[in-house]
Amino acid sequence: MTEEIIIAGFGGQGVLSMGKILAYSGAMQDKEVSWMPSYGPEMRGGTANVSVIISDQRISSPIISQFDTAIILNQQSLDKFEKSVKPGGVLLYDPNGVINPPKRTDINIYKVSATEKSAELGLAKVFNMMVLGAYLKIKPVVTEEFIEKGLMKSLPERHHGLIPENLKAVQTGKELVEAVRTL
Amino acid sequence: MAKELKLMKGNEAIAEAAIRSGCDGYFGYPITPQSEVMEYLMAEKPWERTGMVVLQAESETSSINMVYGGAGVGKKVMTSSSSPGISLMQEGLTYLAGAELPAIIANVVRGGPGLGTIQPSQADYFQATKGGGHGDYQLFVLAPATVQEMYDFVFLGWEIAFKYRNPVMILSDGAIGQVMEKLYVGDYVPRWTDEELKKNAPWASYGKPANREHHIITSLELDSAKQEEHNHKLQAKYREMEEKEVRFETIDCEDADYIFVAYGSSARIAQKAIQLGREKGIKVGLLRPITLFPFPKKPIAEFSKKVKGILTVEMSAGQMVEDVRLAAEFRCPVEHFGRYGGIIHTPHEVLEALEEKIIKAK
Amino acid sequence: MFNPDIVKPENLVYKRTDVLTKAVMHYCPGCGHGTTHRIVAEVIEEMGIQDKAICIAPVGCSVLAYNYFEVDSLGAAHGRAPALATAIQRLFPDHHTFTYQGDGDLAAIGTAETIHACNRGENIVIIFINNGIYGMTGGQMAPTTLIGMKTATSPYGRTVELNGYPLQITELLAELPGTYYVTRQSVHTAAAVRKTKRAIRQAFENQKNKKGTSFVEVVSNCNSGWKMTAPKANEWMVENMFVKYPIGDIKVDGEKVK
Ligand SMILES: Cc1ncc(C[n+]2csc(CCOP(=O)(O)OP(=O)(O)O)c2C)c(N)n1
Ligand code: SF4
Ligand SMILES: [Mg+2]
Repeated sequence: MTEEIIIAGFGGQGVLSMGKILAYSGAMQDKEVSWMPSYGPEMRGGTANVSVIISDQRISSPIISQFDTAIILNQQSLDKFEKSVKPGGVLLYDPNGVINPPKRTDINIYKVSATEKSAELGLAKVFNMMVLGAYLKIKPVVTEEFIEKGLMKSLPERHHGLIPENLKAVQTGKELVEAVRTL
Repeated sequence: MAKELKLMKGNEAIAEAAIRSGCDGYFGYPITPQSEVMEYLMAEKPWERTGMVVLQAESETSSINMVYGGAGVGKKVMTSSSSPGISLMQEGLTYLAGAELPAIIANVVRGGPGLGTIQPSQADYFQATKGGGHGDYQLFVLAPATVQEMYDFVFLGWEIAFKYRNPVMILSDGAIGQVMEKLYVGDYVPRWTDEELKKNAPWASYGKPANREHHIITSLELDSAKQEEHNHKLQAKYREMEEKEVRFETIDCEDADYIFVAYGSSARIAQKAIQLGREKGIKVGLLRPITLFPFPKKPIAEFSKKVKGILTVEMSAGQMVEDVRLAAEFRCPVEHFGRYGGIIHTPHEVLEALEEKIIKAK
Repeated sequence: MFNPDIVKPENLVYKRTDVLTKAVMHYCPGCGHGTTHRIVAEVIEEMGIQDKAICIAPVGCSVLAYNYFEVDSLGAAHGRAPALATAIQRLFPDHHTFTYQGDGDLAAIGTAETIHACNRGENIVIIFINNGIYGMTGGQMAPTTLIGMKTATSPYGRTVELNGYPLQITELLAELPGTYYVTRQSVHTAAAVRKTKRAIRQAFENQKNKKGTSFVEVVSNCNSGWKMTAPKANEWMVENMFVKYPIGDIKVDGEKVK
């Protein structure tokens, strides 16, 4: 199994940390992982993206241009990465602020209204964990047990009190995800 | 040795390795894409645990000269930077080489020329392996391709640097600096005591005891005859490195009709291109130089007798290809492929280049 | 004339310090470099810190200072001595690292290293030989060259229009909170030598007490570069250099002298 993922959105949406938690969880589950951020001034307020690879084998290139899954959190990123999903792959997006929804018909498209839901629950901080939950519902590449371990490893100890809240958000995300168009 | 699993960026791995390998001092100046090295060290405060000194200098000129000072008194000292900063360090590097001082310089390369881009590049191969500063000298150049190697090569770097009394450059790029991967770290190697320092760096200017003459660390020799002699000694050392310290890795080369020669990030990308190629029935392998100086000339020469063609892959306009051609001596076609200026080639592009430049061109 | 009978320990009035090697110095006769070397070496001997003293030689006429000081030494690249000293003193906090630099080295090419080492308050001693010229390279203009002074690269005399003003780097450094002791001395008379030696002693004592940067400027002649006899050069120095670069303490115990 090799899963190549891009997560893209605005800086501040927790794109990088979502990728990190996913990578940590994979590592805890004894998989090979890599996490490659876009870096530089574009991260300051603008868009941010990170590619994450989770694999049973040694990862050759951490730098990839074609993805099994794209997790998209704003219009710009959708415009940029829709075309980079491998045929038959998955595109998961949050419809908040998206005016031109994805058009491809050779991939599986899902949406998760995490922005709306997290605002409704007053849980904007764990928005990204809802999205992660939605992704894991579609592709259970790591199990819940290891998500918890990944959180423990990636969050500094003083924030470990927040783990239950994060796990709940993952659960909410799983319930929230909807298929738009699947093959 | 107890191995502990971590997930870290390449830059952080260098910093963690510094602390764990008993480094005495790190001197640096911020520059993207390697600023995490000093940021990590400052956050970790190793001076409270191991006594390691960490200092932000006023420029790369200063940081490399701080390294020169620390190395001259026999301490394990290092710096890191990226291309424009490394250019500024060239003066210090040739002085280090001339005075035969051990030190580690990590270069997380970005695209140039000039201020260029902050994105990854491998266009500083010439600068790293062919001098960069003035005079006949060589840095020992290690090219990590993984976060684990970013870590491991700090340990290896100290070994080589002190064995040969020569500066060691760890030449990576923005991609390896920024990527986060699994990393296994080992036990802490304690910093040298004063006694150990005197044993491991007996030549150093650590303070003159009453029972010996003073030590002088310098690269100056006004007597040309002596300077030539010194140069002979340096050259002999470089030849010894070529004899004993060449490191490389081969992947899928046993049955290969073609090989890629690529180091660092490009080697990772080439590995993926091999998978793609083999799916299409193209038997291609990879020779990954781990030391860029000394360069794996002999294995490349051997392959040039066996394969139908070699493609070097490097994020540059074609630098390492010159060394590969010299090693292959026209026994087989040798071409270069690479995106540059901060663009990273994709595995598909690499495979396509192999097909276009080597396979079809025949 | 030589009477071997008087060579007895009780008659000893002057002795070459063992902190200087027996190498014959290459300095021009009458140049201040040699005298300054001697008093630095004497201070190191008197304080018993030879095993902890680390000399950082510059690039300039004193590039070979490490051949004369019988202490462990390093030759720095032009201007970089304070960077070396910074690292060494931090790595060996109980050592006595000192730099010995000319005006070109310290106040032109190495200005950044100098200012930042002083600003960080590095616990080092800086000995600064200001002769208003690049002695080593054949008498070119230095940042400290006086207005009107003729040098190889200001053959008609330095002008403000072309070259700006002589740089009073020492006053500038005294403004930085990191400097603990800043003084300007000379070595052209026996009395001046004694005072300078006291200043250098003070600098190394400060270092022992971990007070921060101690900076001792020595205004010196470069008789060759100035194209004068040594006595004439000293006279010219008193009449001209001392006007722009007045002798005396500028900062003592961290306080500016009024
Ligand atoms: C990078 C570099 N640039 C220029 C030189 C040439 N150079 C050698 S000594 C010197 C000037 C030294 O003058 P100063 O520091 O005043 O010392 P002095 O000889 O007067 O004692 C110069 C420019 C050099 N060695 N290195
Ligand atoms: S050239 Fe000037 S500074 Fe150099 S030794 Fe002669 S007199 Fe002294
Ligand atoms: Mg001078």
